[in-house]
Amino acid sequence: MKKKFNLQDLDCANCAAKMEANIKKIDGVNDASVSFLTQKMTIDADDARFDEIMKEVVKVCKKVEPDCVILM
Amino acid sequence: MTKKQKKMLARIIIAFVLEAALMVLYKSGKFGMIEGKWYEFVPFTVPYLIAGYDILIHAAKNIVHGQVFDEDFLMMIATFGAFAIGEYEEAAGVMIFFQIGELFQNYAVGKSRASISALMDIAPEYANVEEDGELVEKDPDEVHVDEVIIVKPGEKIPLDGVVLEGSSLLDTSSLTGESVPRSVREGDDVISGCVNGSGTLKVRVTREYEDSTVSRILELVENASIRKAPVENFITTFARYYTPAVTIGAVLLALLPPLFFGGSWAEWIRRACTFLVISCPCALVISIPMGFFGGIGAASKIGVLVKGSNFLQALSDVKTIVFDKTGTLTKGEFRVTEMLPQLGVTEEELLEKAALSENYSGHPIAAALKSAYGKKIDSARVSDAEEIAGHGISVKVDGKNCLAGNLKLLKLKGVEAQPCTEIGTVVYVAEEGRFLGCIVISDVIKDGAKDALTAMKKAGVQKTVMLTGDKKETAENVAGVLGIDEVHAELLPADKVSEVERILGTETGKDKTAFVGDGINDAPVLTRADVGIAMGTLGSDAAIEAADIVLMDDDITKIASTVKIARKTLSIVRQNIVLALGVKFIVLIMGALGRASMWLAMFADVGVAVLAIMNSMRALHIDRK
Repeated sequence: MKKKFNLQDLDCANCAAKMEANIKKIDGVNDASVSFLTQKMTIDADDARFDEIMKEVVKVCKKVEPDCVILM
Repeated sequence: MTKKQKKMLARIIIAFVLEAALMVLYKSGKFGMIEGKWYEFVPFTVPYLIAGYDILIHAAKNIVHGQVFDEDFLMMIATFGAFAIGEYEEAAGVMIFFQIGELFQNYAVGKSRASISALMDIAPEYANVEEDGELVEKDPDEVHVDEVIIVKPGEKIPLDGVVLEGSSLLDTSSLTGESVPRSVREGDDVISGCVNGSGTLKVRVTREYEDSTVSRILELVENASIRKAPVENFITTFARYYTPAVTIGAVLLALLPPLFFGGSWAEWIRRACTFLVISCPCALVISIPMGFFGGIGAASKIGVLVKGSNFLQALSDVKTIVFDKTGTLTKGEFRVTEMLPQLGVTEEELLEKAALSENYSGHPIAAALKSAYGKKIDSARVSDAEEIAGHGISVKVDGKNCLAGNLKLLKLKGVEAQPCTEIGTVVYVAEEGRFLGCIVISDVIKDGAKDALTAMKKAGVQKTVMLTGDKKETAENVAGVLGIDEVHAELLPADKVSEVERILGTETGKDKTAFVGDGINDAPVLTRADVGIAMGTLGSDAAIEAADIVLMDDDITKIASTVKIARKTLSIVRQNIVLALGVKFIVLIMGALGRASMWLAMFADVGVAVLAIMNSMRALHIDRK
């Protein structure tokens, strides 16, 4: 399943790139992209475990960029 | 400026004024009483903290999370290092300039984001739905197929549908970049995103919002940044190694010379700090995607959808463009282009006989004749029609024996006729054994096709090729008129794929090949070519699916403009890479040699970021030439 999220206060381009790289490493994530310019995140992950994976994603984002909020 | 940015600006100004005042006071010796004391640095912590307290907090949080190569953390180390070796002015100054750079980046990115979303300002905010005789404003999302909506003058059409009542002129410019309004009336399809002109329209919705033209276009443009161009991937990879490499370099620079070669700690720590100041690859990481984003935005402004940055880069390297003939270079509709009546026969008589003769035929040729004739055909005048396969029709018109077909038909029936040498499909007409003349029917070349090809050549395309299933003579004629370099005629759909593959095989170096088709039965070729360009007659799903680049209207002159946009975008991107990398490496080397102060490093870092961003913003603007 592919889902799109809006991001708030994603202030640094390099962080977006780091977030993207780290999210891709999460088990169960097929593909991910974090766009600094559109302030959007697209996650393609296993259907069954999506919610669980999203929790992991939020954790990873917090780690890289504490100010950034994922609007769900 | 947003509230957050204004607050930041205020902090920067206050810190800057304080810093300047402190520097003047120090220079004039007013701080003599604390000079040389251990607490000499204290006054400078005031502007330092005003400018950068959030950086410190952020850095602290990130260390807890184990993010060592975070730019804020590195900035903190660099400035702490400066304080430690007694360069207080630098410490505060570097922090202030770092924040100026951040603020500018923030502002510029916000600006370009806003101008791009303004380009894509096609999303309708509401739909007027008729409910129990009353108009209710609803979210377009909540309106379903077969509901009836009212579009008032000046409003955006919120969903795709069919006009039930009313007529109006639609402004399609936000979708196609074309300023000529399109007129619609009862029974016509309308597309979401167009702006209604002067008439009120009652529209029956035919597609849910998420399937409507507007949402699909927005989706395409937003997703375009996901398909990264090779240059972008290079930068992402580079950025991943750059920061750690520079950081390690800084550590080595600070430790090795003093430990093993008796260097002074203060001097080498100072050099290491200049390294840390330029450790963020931000200039590149922001400006490159921004350039592509701008290029895609500029293309969508002229009604061309580019589905990814990678295709924009590929398009910039296109040297060969392959065209499908019918529907792309020609209109794909047969029309009477010439009438050659025999002496004593008028054009009208000739056409009338031909149209009546072909009355019962469903062939496209017959349709062309009938539409050229224009009048209603009285079927009672036509009888005894007999179709002779591969030849034409033998029929009685007003009781007289008539023939309409090719030359073979007339020969078969023993009628003398002069062969016609015109290019196209020729219909010979005879009555009671007498040759009346012939009518030439052919596909018409699109208006502006020739100009479009000339413009492409000017934009740097080296070779144009035309593929068609049509006869050789017809194909060569069209190619001759348009000035196409290479023609391959009489091809089956599968042959087109192998022909494109052959051309792809002859590519050298970075050269790319684009294929332009109408997407109707050339989807495999569109997919196979490096860049598939579809003439997406507004709303044609098949074309939009299969292609990499979609021309929203059928105007092929836009191909040249898009190639230009792609070239410009790529040259901006390359300039930025050279500029950013060049300056960084020079400063790194100067820093290592002790020739660069922290001030210089900071200016280089912020300055390059500012220049690169401003350069990227150029990609948004279209040269109207």
